[in-house]
Amino acid sequence: MTAFEPGQALEPQRYRVTRADLVRYAGASGDFNPIHWSDRIASAVGLPGVIAHGMLTMALAGRAVTAWTGDPAVVEYGVRFTKPVIVPDDDEGIQVEVAGTVRAVTDDGAQIDLTVTCGGEKVLAMARATVRTAPAA
Amino acid sequence: MATDPSLIGRLYVLPEPYLVGREKIREFADAIGADDAVYRDPAAAAALGHPDVIAPPTFPVMISVKAAQPFFDEIELDMSRVVHGDQRFAYTRPVRAGDRLVASCQVEEIMARAGNEFLTTRVDITTDTGDPVVAVWARLVVRA
Repeated sequence: MTAFEPGQALEPQRYRVTRADLVRYAGASGDFNPIHWSDRIASAVGLPGVIAHGMLTMALAGRAVTAWTGDPAVVEYGVRFTKPVIVPDDDEGIQVEVAGTVRAVTDDGAQIDLTVTCGGEKVLAMARATVRTAPAA
Repeated sequence: MATDPSLIGRLYVLPEPYLVGREKIREFADAIGADDAVYRDPAAAAALGHPDVIAPPTFPVMISVKAAQPFFDEIELDMSRVVHGDQRFAYTRPVRAGDRLVASCQVEEIMARAGNEFLTTRVDITTDTGDPVVAVWARLVVRA
C-alpha cells in the first residue's frame, strides 16, 4: 500500500474511449440507453452526439485511483457529472484524463480529489475517493 | 411530469438476492478496461486479504439500478429525458465473487427546480445474512 502525503500530486492517467467501448460497457452493465450508441436518438434529445455512460467515466476515474493505490478496495467514492463525454464514431475515439491530488490523510484513509477532463474540459465535479492507507508502523 | 412527493421514504426491495459470480466480475472489469489480477485471480485477491476475487468499485451500480427499477417504473420515468447527476458509494467492504446480495432502495429526495426534477435514491446492499457491504446514492435529473 502506497503512503500518501497531503497535497501530493498523483501521476495523471489517460484512457481512450471509442464507440466500441460504449457498446461493450452497455452489454456488460445492462445500461442500453440509446443515447450511448445511437446518433439519431442522441440528436433527437438535444445532445451534440453519442455520449459515454457517466458510470463508464466514473469507472475510468476509479481505475486511476487503483493505479495510484495498488488496491481497488476503496472506502468511499463519489462524483457529480457536469459535462457529457462525447464519443465520435471513428477509430480514435476520445481521451479522458484523470489527475489526482491527495486532499487529506486521516486514520480512516487518504482522501484523493480527482480532476477528470476530456478535451481540456472538466466532465466531473466534486470527484473524490477515500482509500485505505497502511496503518502507521 | 411532476413526481408524487409522497413517494419520498418509499422502500423497494430486490425480490431475490443478486448472486455475484467470477465471470460477471471479469466481464465488467473487461468492459472498463481494468486488467487488475484482483478482479480475475483468486490467488491475487487472497494476497490482498480477500476470500475471492473482488469487483471494481463501480460494479454495485448494476445492483442498485435493479433495486431502483420498480420506483422508476412506478413513476413511468422517461429515460431519454434523464441525465445522471451524482453518484456515490460508501463501502463497508468490496463486493466479491460468491456474495449473495440483498438490496433495498429508499427514495430520499424528489425535488423540482428550474423546471427540472431531481430524484435521489439510496440503495443499501447487504449480504443475505444482513452484513453491510455498500451503500449507493444516485441522483437523477429529469429534464423538462
